[in-house]
Amino acid sequence: MKYLAFAAGMMTATIAVAETPVLTVYTYDSFVSDWGPGPAVEEAFEATCGCDLKFVGAGDGAALLARLRLEGARSDADVVLGLDTNLMAAARDSGLFATHSVTADYDLPIDWTDDTFVPFDWGYFAFVHEAGKDVPSNFRALADSDTKIIIQDPRSSTPGLGLLLWVKEAYGDQAPAIWSGLSDNIVTVTKGWSEAYGLFLEGEADMVLSYTTSPAYHLIAEEDASKAAAVFDEGHYMQIEVAGTLSATDQPELVARFLDFMVSDAFQSIIPTTNWMYPAVTPEDGLPKGFETLAKPPRALMVPVDQAASVRDAALAEWLTALSR
Amino acid sequence: MADRAQPLSGRSGTVIAIALAVAVAVTFAAVAGRAEATVGLSAADWAAIRFTLMQALASAFISTALAIPVARALARRSFVGRNAIITLLGAPFILPVVVAVMALLSVFGRNGGFNHAMVWAGFEPFQIYGAHGVVIAHVFFNLPLATRLLLQGWFSIPSERFRLAAQLGFGPAEIWRVIEFPMLARFAPGAFAVILSICVTSFAVALTLGGGPRATTIELAIYQAFRFDFDLGRAALLGLIQITMTLAIVIAALGLSRQDGFGGGLDRPLTIWGVNGVGPRVLDGVAITSVVLGLLVPLASYFGHALPGVLRLPEAVWWAAAASVSVALASTALTISLALPIAVRAALGRGTAVELAGLVGLVASPLVIGTGLFIMINPWIDPATLALPVTVVVNALMALPFAARVLIPAVRDCLASYGRLGVSLGLTGMAFVRVVLLPRLAGRLGFCAGLAAALSMGDLGVVVLFADPETATLPLQMARLMGAYRMEDAASAGLLLTFLSFGAFALFDGLGRRYAGD
Repeated sequence: MKYLAFAAGMMTATIAVAETPVLTVYTYDSFVSDWGPGPAVEEAFEATCGCDLKFVGAGDGAALLARLRLEGARSDADVVLGLDTNLMAAARDSGLFATHSVTADYDLPIDWTDDTFVPFDWGYFAFVHEAGKDVPSNFRALADSDTKIIIQDPRSSTPGLGLLLWVKEAYGDQAPAIWSGLSDNIVTVTKGWSEAYGLFLEGEADMVLSYTTSPAYHLIAEEDASKAAAVFDEGHYMQIEVAGTLSATDQPELVARFLDFMVSDAFQSIIPTTNWMYPAVTPEDGLPKGFETLAKPPRALMVPVDQAASVRDAALAEWLTALSR
Repeated sequence: MADRAQPLSGRSGTVIAIALAVAVAVTFAAVAGRAEATVGLSAADWAAIRFTLMQALASAFISTALAIPVARALARRSFVGRNAIITLLGAPFILPVVVAVMALLSVFGRNGGFNHAMVWAGFEPFQIYGAHGVVIAHVFFNLPLATRLLLQGWFSIPSERFRLAAQLGFGPAEIWRVIEFPMLARFAPGAFAVILSICVTSFAVALTLGGGPRATTIELAIYQAFRFDFDLGRAALLGLIQITMTLAIVIAALGLSRQDGFGGGLDRPLTIWGVNGVGPRVLDGVAITSVVLGLLVPLASYFGHALPGVLRLPEAVWWAAAASVSVALASTALTISLALPIAVRAALGRGTAVELAGLVGLVASPLVIGTGLFIMINPWIDPATLALPVTVVVNALMALPFAARVLIPAVRDCLASYGRLGVSLGLTGMAFVRVVLLPRLAGRLGFCAGLAAALSMGDLGVVVLFADPETATLPLQMARLMGAYRMEDAASAGLLLTFLSFGAFALFDGLGRRYAGD
């Protein structure tokens, strides 16, 4: 009975807002959670748009794209927010996305010229460890050391895939040798980022694959300066998160307004301390205090968008071979 | 037995079983129907199939074998706290996977108490990550369940049989040979089959403790096909292999199981005589103590660290808890109303086919089922509005095989002992169900309801695919907390989840056992 009342409440709620235009944004689950950027973004945009901004959460970036491909042109989505550079080629090939006309002064380590996708935040993958510990400064040193690491499976996790491409981009043909060398450092390979990070916090390993911005969470939200990210001298792999418009949208004007809002200060200033990533456009007030302490990689690595799929498949095969021995 | 006059008809059970099998087949067809291109299985896929099979067989075999001395010890000893221990045995199985893995690692992990002790005593630290880690975790999950399933077996023996054994001067060895072994031949294959089915679809446990791609299960290969390659054909094919393989083993296991029961008795409390020598007593003490320690130490170590945060949990978590409780109650009701007709149908004949249909919901890949449902629902209704109803149904399907397995032997005994009497008294149909079947099944029904409620409470399952920001369940909210770096809060939410799951389980199980007087 409780449940019926609950269901009835939900239905009436849906009817009540049906008269204002609805902008449906598909995004990954952690974006819409009570602890992610979703609630603040919704409030800020609804204050100006005269519309109902409706977030729909679906797993992570890869699950998001899979869901869109399942729904095809019939999808309710107007905007998809939360794909990344590794998924962009596949997303574009699906033919579901329209071009955009957003211009912004991006603070990204690379030039952004893509006409389909608009970046909203970015970060560097990195190994996070307890501050003050002596840690290796590149993959070769890591492989030679007895430092224990926890990583994520590239087949089920975005950071896992990032690491795969990181090693491939930094070492090319020698990537399999690096992975063989790392195999005795890897404590375990988890399904997703949160299991890995949780195990690291329980002391199961010396380092965990995460982001250079992870220590900022501990510093700002928990006032705990005990975490740091290791700087690797071969450079760090980048993840740029993007949003795109569905060509089948019935709200083209709202969509354009949302994308402009997305690169504005109102949205960008929410990102650092909710998504714990760098904003794509640094807000006028700068980054939150604490971000200046974060590790700065000497070089940004990224596989070109149109090669991501082929590099990925080859690198995965090498990874499986090296670690299955 | 099928051609004998019976007070109940198996028709509704047959209908439910066929409907279940068709429903699963349709979701698979929906996924396969959307396939764009199908490539054959890769070498990595075959390795995943091999690993899945090996770990599931090992886990099911070890769990069932170790459960035998524990269940026997609990059946033939009576001591203060015995009931509490029997209830506790439901705990690990109903824990959310993440909680159970963390609990296990807080003892056996690299930074766990066990390894600190090993290093202190001058030994090499124990490495839990690897194929053996997967099996250890599965045994931790399933040994208690196996114990409960086998304990039902001991309780199914009329105490008059043991009285007779005592009069004939049987010792432990004779009791084992004449009474207990034949009973186990009937119950153990079923327990083995159910546990094997659970271990086949295991994913997060296998990956976290497996130590790397050597320990890849089919479920991960399905994940890869779905989200990495978007190859729906391969996902459906792998899902089909998973089902076929499991059902083949289950058929073999159930085929080994003997069907004849021990006949009726006067329902006196179970007492086993002639087993009070020093040897059996020490054996039983060791069995019970090691299981209780093996369960309690990891749980206590996890709880100790998660408890302080429970009261500080954000409001959203409490709302999610309320949603989870509603889902759990609804899917418990559904599980029982599906399981009872299936159990009756299965008990009337050999019934393996009916039970297999019930099992399909458990061994079918949640990802394939969820995707199939999504493909079917999406053209008509926004899937997010159906998130909770779909969760109710899928969770009920998942609990169904356990419920069926627990109920079938008891319904069979009940029909064998009271069926003819019922027919001769004209007590058939619903009247037989009300007057004879339900009261005699009370203990089992309580256990089933408890399992169904707890399983549903703790399952993350399909809700992820259908998720709606406003109607999160507790496991989903816990995953979100973890995704937002809030590991401490997540641990506390996990503890709340465990309390709720275990509370629901203990409540139903306790009611049932009180009514049945077990």
